[in-house]
Amino acid sequence: MARVVVDVMLKPEILDPQGQAVLGALTRLGHSDIASVRQGKRFEIVLDAAPDAASLDEIASTLLANTVIEDYSIHVEES
Amino acid sequence: MSARIGVVTFPGSLDDQDAARAVRVAGAEPVSLWHGDADLKGVDAVVLPGGFSYGDYLRCGAIARFAPVMQNVIDSARDGLPVLGICNGFQILCESHLLPGALIRNDVRKFVCRDQQLRVENANTAWTSDYHEGQEILIPLKNGEGGFVADDRTLDELEGEGRVVFRYLQDNPNGSYRDIAGITNDRGNVVGLMPHPEHAVELLTGPSLDGLGFFASVISHLVDA
Repeated sequence: MARVVVDVMLKPEILDPQGQAVLGALTRLGHSDIASVRQGKRFEIVLDAAPDAASLDEIASTLLANTVIEDYSIHVEES
Repeated sequence: MSARIGVVTFPGSLDDQDAARAVRVAGAEPVSLWHGDADLKGVDAVVLPGGFSYGDYLRCGAIARFAPVMQNVIDSARDGLPVLGICNGFQILCESHLLPGALIRNDVRKFVCRDQQLRVENANTAWTSDYHEGQEILIPLKNGEGGFVADDRTLDELEGEGRVVFRYLQDNPNGSYRDIAGITNDRGNVVGLMPHPEHAVELLTGPSLDGLGFFASVISHLVDA
């Protein structure tokens, strides 16, 4: 068994209205020292087999992330 | 024999019935297609309707893209089958890479629902030949994730090749780059847009009859073909 974490973030040049809304809320809560917030997605995948880099990359690039607007990173955590 | 136009229903589709009705009002025969059934039933064109397929989970259109029916839609579209994606259907076409770019959350961070003025920029596609270039039309718009984005190179390419089909007039409702409301592929058979022509085919329920031209266009395209 292996645990794989895939993080997906909007590319830096793509506007992130959700992150902006979170920033606005934090500012209203009195956190005036935050310059920016960007919101992403985290996928935790448990595999029955040993992780295969090529198939993980395919999973991330075809479904988990839309590479037109998002970047992804894959971390394999052996258990 | 009248043209047979398929309308796909995904779990979470909302506007499939209105799209089928618009097809009928325009004089063609609507054919219901089911997301889980790969069979296109020999239709002459396909409409991917608005709604929230698969609950908009992951990204709008990201899961619908892999529905059994979509593989045939994608292959047939590459062979020239006219395909119109409205709202969620546009998002599915972008996720399928039949159209470039992507749709992201509105810059105003609100769901926008209003009648929207558009300018027809390309009247040579399978779905817009009934209009003339520069024509202004009024059809409903309703979306929360309708901001069209793409990198500058793609945007320049779309503009240079005349593939921007519709542009928002007056206020840009969602932050779409270069006021783009709809685009087409290089062949002109695949068109996607965020606003809803199928809601503007009868005066009882729509702000105009300006949406009828989409369906009239594809019907004459099919007759000429």
